[in-house]
Amino acid sequence: MIELVAVLVLPVVGAAVLAMAGHRRVAAEINVAASGLTFLAAAGLTARVIGEGPLLALDRLFFVDPFNVFLVALTAFVGLTTSLFSRPYMRIEQQHGKLSPARLRLYHSMFQLFMATMLCALLTNNMGILWVAMEAATLTTVLLVSLYRTPASLEAAWKYFILCGVGIAQALFGTILLYFAAEKVLGAGGGALLWTELDAVKGQLEPTVLGLAFVFLLVGYGTKVGLTPLHNWLPDAHAEGPTPVSAVLSGLLLNVALYAVVRCKVLVQGAVATPVASHLMMGFGLLSVVVAAFLLSRQKDVKRLFAYSSIEHMGIVTFAFGMGGPIANFAALLHMTVHSLTKSAIFFTVGHAAQKTGTQLIDGIRGLVAISPVIGWGLALGALAILGMPPFGVFASEFLVLTTAMREQPWATPILLAALGVAFAAVFSKVQPMVFGEPTGKRLAHRPAMIPVFVHLGLVLMLGLWIPPHLAAWYREAARLIG
Amino acid sequence: MTAALPLYQQLINLGAAIMLLLAFAMLAQRRVLTLIDLYAAQGLTLACSTAVVAWGTHQPHLYASAALTLALKVALLPWLLYRLIRRLDVRWEFEGLLNVPTTMLLGIVLVVFAFNLAVPISELASTVTRATLGIAMATVLLAFLMMITRRKALSQVIGFLSMENGLFFAATSATYGMPMVVELGIALDVLVGMLILGVFFFQIREQFDSLDLRHLESLREPDAE
Repeated sequence: MIELVAVLVLPVVGAAVLAMAGHRRVAAEINVAASGLTFLAAAGLTARVIGEGPLLALDRLFFVDPFNVFLVALTAFVGLTTSLFSRPYMRIEQQHGKLSPARLRLYHSMFQLFMATMLCALLTNNMGILWVAMEAATLTTVLLVSLYRTPASLEAAWKYFILCGVGIAQALFGTILLYFAAEKVLGAGGGALLWTELDAVKGQLEPTVLGLAFVFLLVGYGTKVGLTPLHNWLPDAHAEGPTPVSAVLSGLLLNVALYAVVRCKVLVQGAVATPVASHLMMGFGLLSVVVAAFLLSRQKDVKRLFAYSSIEHMGIVTFAFGMGGPIANFAALLHMTVHSLTKSAIFFTVGHAAQKTGTQLIDGIRGLVAISPVIGWGLALGALAILGMPPFGVFASEFLVLTTAMREQPWATPILLAALGVAFAAVFSKVQPMVFGEPTGKRLAHRPAMIPVFVHLGLVLMLGLWIPPHLAAWYREAARLIG
Repeated sequence: MTAALPLYQQLINLGAAIMLLLAFAMLAQRRVLTLIDLYAAQGLTLACSTAVVAWGTHQPHLYASAALTLALKVALLPWLLYRLIRRLDVRWEFEGLLNVPTTMLLGIVLVVFAFNLAVPISELASTVTRATLGIAMATVLLAFLMMITRRKALSQVIGFLSMENGLFFAATSATYGMPMVVELGIALDVLVGMLILGVFFFQIREQFDSLDLRHLESLREPDAE
């Protein structure tokens, strides 16, 4: 209970402090401290859930169950490592003259606020609050995407704002329809939007309304997941924003939006007899995988390249959740975890590589191993991990998705395999010269923060070989819950 | 529908009709200041119909919602927009991508589509009147059309806000309003969004010397090699 409040309040306090002191030299340390405390609170919350099981708190407004507990821990953890990475990264950016103190203050404060909105979205039991928190997460990151005030970054931020705003408006309509159906069963008032209440009566909810609601909810939250054809904002926002923001957008925000979709899917498939929700998610997921895989080879900007890779992986997860069943859901949850860790690690290395060479263009980044062995090997290992090489965790989850697809949806397996092959060829052929080619680059004024990268990759490696029993139990329990 | 309909339901129907009319007026309007006035009028209609629902169904929390709408959408947001326009010193006429008659015809198609979409739900509605949900959905789609056909940043934003009005109208007409905590959260999001946009406009202006979105079309997929 106290831990839950701490998880929600600490980032807000951090944001308030940084709104005043964000331009000072110690701001980066305050940012790390706030993220560290949030992580400690999240760890405490996790320990409590291990000890006492799921909990419902604060007038049933917030809850923790096996589905969101590991996502809360993951979000707080990646938040902490990103703040560690951003400490030297943003200092170097400032020295390169890209940022004024006022913008640095904005950055630090909004970073904490963004963490607060995501944790709130994960922990809330109220579908309305979930919507509010998702919208707030967009709002806090719009000004971060345009932090450099270049024409391209302004354009990316505008696109992000309008596309996600329109998308999330569809999700609001879906939420209204959900409330419309729920109110008939649960009566008007606050109770009719609580997920736990809805879950208990999902069999009695009106199927036609819920089917329509799910279409709106999927399109709405799906825009934020980056599902094709609603993915247009994603590569621009990732490429033009500062790298720590790209890391949290890719590693965390996409997960949280997908979490919202899955929560809705649980309700809808309980109410609707036909598997319409599953089919929609499988279709959108597969389309995203294929389109992103084929767009990968055309990318010239390294951050855009990995942004498309995020779309591809979110497509895989959406497809797996669409298939449903204990194994596919287990694989999807595992894939959410390992993708988040690997992708943020890749963005960390790419950020430093771009600073070393002074460009984000793939052609301009060459021979990283010769310039800086840690960055070079970090990128090489990260790319191998994200491409699904054993023994990394991504291999385990993709293998599970593929074997389940072979049994349940055999028609989809060749499409998935082909897309994964295309993605492998595209990413590998681009990363290889970046790592081993003729070096171009210079020394940086601050030591790059590479510890977070190797911690992330170490965890991904561990998840590929051994999943801690509590985590496996949560995955299984959540997979059963999702159905 | 006969004359037996209670007075408050007739009033809500009237409000719905006005909402739709205003949505079409916004679609046709090319002057930015008039557009803001129309937006404020739409907010006023929304506030009135919310108050009527509150009165007709004896739900006091909807009065608070109506007051919130009145304060935010009739007073605060239009004032912010006016101020923004004065500070940015822009009073241009809009040029849309399509001419007015074509846009109007497209709008009519969208209204028919929205009504068809709403039929299965309205039949289940024990609340108020059948047509309002269709109209709310039509308002949302018309605002969407306005966002697509306009080039200037400001009219896209007004389209966005008008879409949000349509959604709120759907909420009050179909479900007697969302729980208060959710409504407060949504209002907060809209307000913060507007403030961020205000900042954003200045950034765009500073960078491009104009608020025309044609400047914001350089990010595309690279051509195949």
